[in-house]
Amino acid sequence: MAHAEGHSPMEQFKIEPLIPIHIGGTDISYTNSALFMTFAVILTGLLFWGATRHRTMVPGRLQATAEMLYEFVAGMVKENTGLEGMKYFPFVFTLFMFILFGNFLGLMPYGFTFTSHIIVTAAMALFIFTAVTIIGFARHGLHFFALFVPPGAPLGIAIILAPLEFFSYLIRPVSLSLRLFANMLAGHVLLKVLAGFIITLGVFGVVPFAAIFGVTFLELMVAAIQAYVFSLLTCIYLNDAIHLH
Amino acid sequence: MPQFDPSSFASQLFWLLVMFVALYWIVSKIAVPRIGEVLEQRARVIQDDLDRASQLKAETDAAVAAYDKAMADARGQAYEHMRVMQAELKAVSDKKTAEVTDTVTRQIADAEARIAAAKQKALEGLKTISADTARDVVSKLAGLTPEGGAVDAAVATALKDAR
Repeated sequence: MAHAEGHSPMEQFKIEPLIPIHIGGTDISYTNSALFMTFAVILTGLLFWGATRHRTMVPGRLQATAEMLYEFVAGMVKENTGLEGMKYFPFVFTLFMFILFGNFLGLMPYGFTFTSHIIVTAAMALFIFTAVTIIGFARHGLHFFALFVPPGAPLGIAIILAPLEFFSYLIRPVSLSLRLFANMLAGHVLLKVLAGFIITLGVFGVVPFAAIFGVTFLELMVAAIQAYVFSLLTCIYLNDAIHLH
Repeated sequence: MPQFDPSSFASQLFWLLVMFVALYWIVSKIAVPRIGEVLEQRARVIQDDLDRASQLKAETDAAVAAYDKAMADARGQAYEHMRVMQAELKAVSDKKTAEVTDTVTRQIADAEARIAAAKQKALEGLKTISADTARDVVSKLAGLTPEGGAVDAAVATALKDAR
């Protein structure tokens, strides 16, 4: 952080309490992060409410958008977890919309990206990991451990591979949360650093300005892709819990 | 980095839980049932339309087959009618031809008989005329009156030679 504290590229991630709330010594203030989560919920709610207000056989623009999102996520869940996984579709759909809007809203001017906080992504990833593990044991009992034995591997190799598989299973919440967090963090830091160069380079500031123009599109793409990747991996983990391999 | 400041963790986790549950409620209670319903309804309408289209197509095919059959039947019937008519016409024309042929044959026979009679009559006349002429010639030239029988015989002989 070579810049002055007020213009640090990290300043955009600062959590600022808007309505201080303290319960039993725990600070659960309504912050800018909570505000943007609220925006994400309200916008998603408005989108679905508006889209399904007049349900028509031939959809309008909003309804077509909602239907496209629905069919996209439904297709993803069905493809990766089969029909048995469809009961988790509302959860995956919520996850997808929440992260998608979180990422997009963070790219708005003065926006705050709640998905750029490791605690948020880690909480979601740990919840998924725990849920998947519980579902796995509930469905298969101790047979769920068969997940760590690669199918068709000879006993000798299986003994070596099983700990690796187990480790990769345990590392899932870490990779899942870090991927989203790091992508959002890096993108926003990059944008801020480039923006800083515009001022310091004077006339030659057009170069970083052009770069920002391109990177913004890249970040919009990353925002959508990361929401997709997060929910896709959730589907894949769910599939492991439902079908083992 | 503000990300590693634990003082804000409790607040972030709390609001994440609240907002995620709120969104889950919206998605699972409003969005998914409504959109699912409209998609299902649309799929049903499309399926119904397809079913009706295939039913109508079957009806059309049946109608076309019935038309083709009726056409073939009518053609067969018309052909049969034509055949019967032709046979009747042929019978009538044969009968008529036979009648006409009969009449004509009879008329020809009559005519021939009449011609033969006329010819006979003419020949008879010729014989008389020749005999008279011969008698007259003989009397004028020789002053003789020839015997009737001799002249007739001579004429008959001459006519026989001339014939």
